Amino acid sequence: MLQSAEMPRHTVKASDFSETYRRAFRWMLLARTTEEKIASVFRSGGKITGGVFLGKGQEAISVATGIALRNGDIFAPLIRDQAGRLAFGESLLDCTLTYLGARSGPMRGRDGNVHRGRPLEGLLPMISHLGAMISVVNGMLMAHRFQGKKNTVGAASLGDGATSTGAFHESINQAAVENLPLVLVVTNNQYAYSTPNDRQFACADLVDKAIGYGIRGHSVDGTDLGACLRVIGSAVELARQGEGPQLVVATNLRLVGHGEHDDAHYIAPHLKEMPLGRDSLAVAEAELLQNAWADSETIEGWTRDSISQVEKAIAHSLREPSPDPATEDWCALSSRHLAEGLSSNGSRG
Amino acid sequence: MITYLEAIREAQRQALENDPRVYIYGQDIGAFGGAFKATKNLAQSFPGRVLDSPISEDAMVGSAIGASLQGMRPIVEMQFADFSTVGFNQIVNQAATMFWRTGVPCPITIRLPSGGTPGSGPFHSQNLEALYAHYPGLILMTPATVEDAYSMLLEAVALDDPVIFCEHKYLYFHLKAESLPSEALPVGRARIARAGRDATVVTYSAMVHEALSAAEELSTQGWEIEVIDLRSIKPLDTDTVLASVARTGRILAVGEAWPWGGVTAEVLARVATDGFNLLDAPPMRLNSKDTPVPFHPNLWGTHRPTAQTIVSALRDLLRL
Ligand SMILES: Cc1ncc(C[n+]2csc(CCOP(=O)(O)OP(=O)(O)O)c2C)c(N)n1
Ligand SMILES: [Mg+2]
Repeated sequence: MLQSAEMPRHTVKASDFSETYRRAFRWMLLARTTEEKIASVFRSGGKITGGVFLGKGQEAISVATGIALRNGDIFAPLIRDQAGRLAFGESLLDCTLTYLGARSGPMRGRDGNVHRGRPLEGLLPMISHLGAMISVVNGMLMAHRFQGKKNTVGAASLGDGATSTGAFHESINQAAVENLPLVLVVTNNQYAYSTPNDRQFACADLVDKAIGYGIRGHSVDGTDLGACLRVIGSAVELARQGEGPQLVVATNLRLVGHGEHDDAHYIAPHLKEMPLGRDSLAVAEAELLQNAWADSETIEGWTRDSISQVEKAIAHSLREPSPDPATEDWCALSSRHLAEGLSSNGSRG
Repeated sequence: MITYLEAIREAQRQALENDPRVYIYGQDIGAFGGAFKATKNLAQSFPGRVLDSPISEDAMVGSAIGASLQGMRPIVEMQFADFSTVGFNQIVNQAATMFWRTGVPCPITIRLPSGGTPGSGPFHSQNLEALYAHYPGLILMTPATVEDAYSMLLEAVALDDPVIFCEHKYLYFHLKAESLPSEALPVGRARIARAGRDATVVTYSAMVHEALSAAEELSTQGWEIEVIDLRSIKPLDTDTVLASVARTGRILAVGEAWPWGGVTAEVLARVATDGFNLLDAPPMRLNSKDTPVPFHPNLWGTHRPTAQTIVSALRDLLRL
């Protein structure tokens, strides 16, 4: 693990809000630094193939989710959750090795970029199909119930667009019926790729959907780290105490293209001027300074530390070997004896 | 006597009894015992482990996948195979890719009450094995006998990979055996259901019984037809098929599913590729008609292959 040892998870008392805030900010900073580096490696060409999806501006809501979870909990991040992943405990190397397609990464070059995870450590590797991870979290929580594991929580991230899927409906209803400790964090960043909210749903506010499912809904300003920490923190706590599924809807604006291939020209300019268009990292930094929870020298030190962690992770990952089709284990089954065509010349596929 | 359906129920009872990681999840399967009564009394015998689900095939499968990642062994009952298409995404994109992507196995069993019965119509009669077999990462079981329904379902639950278990509704009540087996062929091995020398019929599931009737009829005319029951269609036991074709020189592949692609096409492709020189006649296949499965028994009985149409296909194959 390349993360600094002085940032352990879940060791700070919840009462010490400023300490939590500082910790969260440092994950946000590390996430932003990581993503900027990934984007620059991508733009320099050749090293990163496939998509690059950034969470710029979304770090506050994401980190608040990751930080509210603890060992034994489940997290199903989506494409804009670099900060939450770090706070949950994913190593920076898992990110860089996967983006660079290294054989030694958790996905071994078989899957890339944001499609990484470690299911046995509670971190689910997202499939692309939006909405599909929620019921998987439900099942993990059902397993905990069968096994008598108490007080665990599962969180799943989602965008505004994903709330229109059938999978969203089925899984939120399933969680409600089973009264599962699921926290569904919907980040309404006003767009799903190029589609604005008014072509995505017709309800006044996505949080109203909670009523229809008989679960609790929470709204939060996704640009305000303090609010995100409080609202997500209490939603997670409610779920942990057996109060059933919690829907959190955070409001913000996607500050980057859908992916690095997208110039996001379609984003309505007036949105950028609104409070929801603020950059949550900049807002959090101002808050730190204003409350004297950190001075600018300290923040500069954190920035330097983030840069050096990211540089190390990228340099290490660039040296790692790529997957080799000749030695790749082309077997999709864990029961190897039932796999077809392993030793064939191809005629049996 | 024990029926095919009772064998499925007994296998589930065994699985629940033997392994605390097993639970069953599906619509109306709890106190009610399931649309076909495949879980009758199981909820009472195993409280909290036979759970009614909402009508949410996607979430049913998704949750089973999640539970399996945490060490459970879920069995999901689809009320009818046809409705599994609503859970298709979770099956083919989440369950089937999990081990390949992460190295973590996904041991789930999805039971699909499959195939046609008179009056069931387009949406309660489908055979979807080819669809699922197309995707890497899944195992497809298609038991044709009471014994296999029992032993293969137990094996499905024990395996570390996702298994699509296609149980045929036409066999639920008709098919009976003296007792449950204590041992079985391993999954992946086909069974010679009837030995013969003149031609090979390769088939699976309910069509095994139509093929056996056809073979019986032709034997009264002096022709000995070998009938191979594939048992599982993925993996597909090509060796047993080729060995049989080596003896008979002629092959007819029969399936109740639609003709485009599918199991019969796969069997013939393998025989043509790996056993072309064994053939004394062009390989043949027989499937349902290429329309949705009809409702009326008159139409249904003609839509699917039957002993009569298998006999006439075999007469063509034997150049009679
Ligand atoms: C079921 C499905 N349909 C389409 C896509 C293609 N797709 C990927 S991301 C995306 C937009 C998602 O928007 P939203 O849910 O609001 O998340 P955001 O990107 O804004 O974070 C689309 C359409 C997909 N991944 N899954
Ligand atoms: Mg969005």
